[in-house]
Amino acid sequence: MKSLLATLALTTALTLPGLAMARPVTLTTTLNNYGGDGAYLALYVTDTSGAYVGSLWMAGGKSKYYEHLSDWYRATGGDTAQVNGITGASVGGGRTLEITLDLADALFDAGYTLHIDAAVEDMRDSPNEVAVPLTTTGAGTPMRGRRYVASFAYDM
Amino acid sequence: MIRALHRWPGLLALALVTVLSLSGAALSVFPVAERIAAPQSDQTLTVAALANRIQANYPGVEQIRRAPSGRITAYWFDQGAPGAAVIDPATGEGVASADPNQTQRWLTNLHRSLFLGDGGRIAMAAGAAAMLILSLSGAALVARRAGGWRHWFAHLRGPLAGRLHVEIARIAVIGLVLSSTTALWMTASTFDLLPDGGILPAATEASGETGFAPGRMPTLRQTPVAELRELSFPYPGDATDMFTLKTDRGTGYLDQGDGALLAWADLTGWERVSETIYMLHTGQGAATLGLVLGLMALGVPAMGATGVLVWLAGRRGRPRIRGNQPAGRAETILLVGSEGGSTWGFAATLHAALTQAGQSVHVGPMSGFAPQRYARAERIILLAATYGDGAAPATAKGFLDRLNTPSRAPDIPLAVLGFGDRSFPAYCAFAKSVAAAAQARGWPELLPQGTIDRQSPQDFARWGRALGDALGIDLELSHQPVQPQATTLTVVSRRDYGAEVQAPTAILRFALPRASLWQRLLGCGFARFQAGDLIGILPEGGAVPRLYSLASGRRDGFVEIVVKKHPGGLCSGQLTALQPGDTVAAFLRRNPGFRVGRGKAPLILIGAGTGIGPLAGFIRGNARRRPIHLFFGMRHPGSDFFYGEEIPGWQDEGRLTQLVTAVSRGARPHYVQDALRGEAAQVADLIRNGARVMVCGGRDMAAGVADALAEILAPAGLTPALLKAEGRYVEDVY
Repeated sequence: MKSLLATLALTTALTLPGLAMARPVTLTTTLNNYGGDGAYLALYVTDTSGAYVGSLWMAGGKSKYYEHLSDWYRATGGDTAQVNGITGASVGGGRTLEITLDLADALFDAGYTLHIDAAVEDMRDSPNEVAVPLTTTGAGTPMRGRRYVASFAYDM
Repeated sequence: MIRALHRWPGLLALALVTVLSLSGAALSVFPVAERIAAPQSDQTLTVAALANRIQANYPGVEQIRRAPSGRITAYWFDQGAPGAAVIDPATGEGVASADPNQTQRWLTNLHRSLFLGDGGRIAMAAGAAAMLILSLSGAALVARRAGGWRHWFAHLRGPLAGRLHVEIARIAVIGLVLSSTTALWMTASTFDLLPDGGILPAATEASGETGFAPGRMPTLRQTPVAELRELSFPYPGDATDMFTLKTDRGTGYLDQGDGALLAWADLTGWERVSETIYMLHTGQGAATLGLVLGLMALGVPAMGATGVLVWLAGRRGRPRIRGNQPAGRAETILLVGSEGGSTWGFAATLHAALTQAGQSVHVGPMSGFAPQRYARAERIILLAATYGDGAAPATAKGFLDRLNTPSRAPDIPLAVLGFGDRSFPAYCAFAKSVAAAAQARGWPELLPQGTIDRQSPQDFARWGRALGDALGIDLELSHQPVQPQATTLTVVSRRDYGAEVQAPTAILRFALPRASLWQRLLGCGFARFQAGDLIGILPEGGAVPRLYSLASGRRDGFVEIVVKKHPGGLCSGQLTALQPGDTVAAFLRRNPGFRVGRGKAPLILIGAGTGIGPLAGFIRGNARRRPIHLFFGMRHPGSDFFYGEEIPGWQDEGRLTQLVTAVSRGARPHYVQDALRGEAAQVADLIRNGARVMVCGGRDMAAGVADALAEILAPAGLTPALLKAEGRYVEDVY
C-alpha cells in the first residue's frame, strides 16, 4: 500500500472569497492491475457549467506526458503552474494513492465535480476516468473508474 | 591525452554501456517485428473511411491510434467495458491484442532507467555520455593509429585483441555516436530541458450540434491514414466536446455537428526535431535503421572485453624499474617513447645493465624531457617507438616541441634507438625525425641512430654492444620480452641439404602438439597457426629466443621449419643436431603482417635460401589454386634446392603456376634479383594487374630485390614504397 499524505495550500481558484471555512478531505484512488507502467493521474475540479476550477493533485512528474491527460491538458493548456507543489510520483498497477488536503466547504453540494484523467504509456488515454459530484452525502462511497481505477472515494 | 579520455571512461562505464547496448540491441528487434506483423493499410485509404469502418464494428470507439510502424489500434467502450484491439484497416475489425508486450516493457525500463526511476535515468544518460566520449576519442585514436582519417579502413596489424577492437569500432562507431547523442537528447527532453512540448490549437466553441459521421468530415476525407497519429472521438452525449485529430503535421479540433475544422496548430520545429530523434533512436518508423543500430550496439560488449584485454596487456608490458634515480642526479638519462608498453621492457633491461655497470640511470617518458633538470647528465638515450604513419607514440607526446624550444645550448651527447616493424612503410619514422631534429638543433651524437625490428632481442643486443663501445664499458643486453608458455615439439622427420655447398640446412618437421580445449577455444598457442607465423626457440644455454618462420599451417598437420646451421650459431647448431624423436621447447608468435591474405590476385613469392620456408608453406596451402609465381634463389640445384622434391607435384596440382630459380654457384652466378630482372616484363605486368609481392630471406637479398623491383616498376610509375603503403609488398626479413 502506497500512502501519500499531503496538506494542500489551496489554489486561489478553490478558495472562494469570504468562505474561509475548510475541512480535511482524504482522496483514496486504487488502481487495478492493468499490466503497464505507472499511471499518470490528474485530479481536478470543474464547476456546474463544466468549466475547470482548479487542480487537486498530479501523479506523474514528467510534464511532457501531460498531454495524454487530455481533458485536463485542454482545460489548462498544459500549464504546469496549475500543479506546482501538488505533484507526486505516478501510480503503479494495483497500488493506492491516498491524498489528504484541506478543501473549502463551499466546494461541496454546490454542483462541483471531481475528475480524474488517467494515462499509461503505450496504453489507452483515459480522460474522465472518474467524474464524481462533490456532495457531503456522497463522501465515503467508493466508485469504479472506466479503465484503470478499481475504486475511488473521498472521505471527510 | 586522447588515450586517457578513452581508457578511463571505458573502464568506469563498462558495465553500464554493456547493459545499455545489450538491452538496446534486444529492443531494436521489436519495431521490425511490429512492422512485419501489423496489417498495413493501402495508400489511398483516408482517415474518414477508416473511422467509418471501425465505428461500424465498434460503435463505442473512443480513440484510434496509428503507430509509426503502421499498426492501427482502436480503443472503445462496449456497455461500460473497455476494449482495445489492433485493427486490420481493410475491414476495421480487431485482429490482435493491443496489450503492451511485457518483454518489451521490461527491456525498455531496464534500458532507460535500470528500473530505478529518475536516478536510473540519469545513470543511463551518464552511460550514454560515456559511450559518446568513447566513440569520439576512439575514432580519433583509430585515425591516429591508421595515419589519418583517409586511412580509416586501412589494413590492421598487431595482436588479435587490439585488431578486433578496432575492426568492430570502425564499423560500429557511427551507430554508437548516433544512438548516444539521440539518447542524450531524449533524456534532456524527458527532464523538460528542451522547449519541445506541443502547443494546442486555440480554444473554440463547438456548434452544439451532434451526429455528423466522421466518414463525412472533409478534413478526415482529405487526410490519408499514412499521416494519422491519433483520432479521439467526443464523449457520447456531450455536445460541447469535439473530435481531436493528430497527424504528422499538427493537431486540430473537428466539430461533431457539422464536421468543420474548428482550430488547427502545426507541430513546432522543436517537436519535429525531437520526433525525428526519437525515431532515429528507437527505430519506430525506421525499423531497418533500428535493426542496424542494434547490430552495431552488439559490438559494444565485444569492444569492452577486447578493450580490457588491450589495457591489461599494456599494463603487463610495462615493468617496474628498480632503483630508478632522480633525473637531477643521474649520469644517464633514459627516455622512453612507447605506445603499447613493450619499449618499457627494453628500457628496464638497459637500465638494469647500465646500473650493474656502475652508472646512475634515470628512466622516464620522453614527454617529460626537461634538459635543464639534467644537472649531472653525461648522456641522454632515447628509446622511441613510432605510432601510425610516423607520429609520436603515447609517452613521447610533445617531445619534439620541447626539443625545439630554445633553452641553454645543448651539450649532452644523445643517442636515439628506434623501435618498429620493417614491414611498415614508416619504419622507425618517429625515431628518425627525433634524430634529425636533435642534429638540427646541434645536439652532439653519442651513437648513430639504431633500429630494432619487431622487438628483436638480437638487434637490441647488437646495439647494446655498440653503446658499450661508445661508453667504454662491456655492455651485454639480453632482453627477454615476456615469453609465452613454451610447448614441447617432437621431431618426426628431417631432410638434409646443402652440405656440399658449405651451408648445411635441415627441413625439420615436428608433430602437431596437442592443444588444450582452452587453447582451441581461444585459438592461442599452436591451436591455430599459418605458414609465415613464427616459432620462437630458446636454445639451451642461451638467454634470447631465436625466431623461425613456419613452413606449414595447422591444417597441414605438422610444424615445419627450415634451419641453416650458422658457424658457431647456438640455436641453429642445436636444432640441426636434432634427430627424429628428439624434442625442443618452442612458442608461437603470430606474424599477421606476413600472410597471403584473402583475394584472388596472383602472388609473386620471392625468397632465397631458408627464406623459401614460409613461401613453400603458402604454396602447399594454396588449395584454391590462386596463381603463384615463385622466384627462388639457391646456391646449387644439386645441393640446396629445398622442397625440390615437392615442387613438381605442386605444379601438377596447380598450386604453383611458375617457378623461376637462380643459382649463385657456377659459371654464371645468378641471384634471385637477377631472375626477377630476367622476367621484368611479366613481373611488371602481374603487379600492374594487382599481384601481391611477398619477400622472405636475408636482409641483403631483400634490399637487392627492392632495388630490382624499383627498376622494373619505374616505367609503370610504381615504386616498392607505394606497393608497401597499399599492403601489396610485404617482407619477412632476418
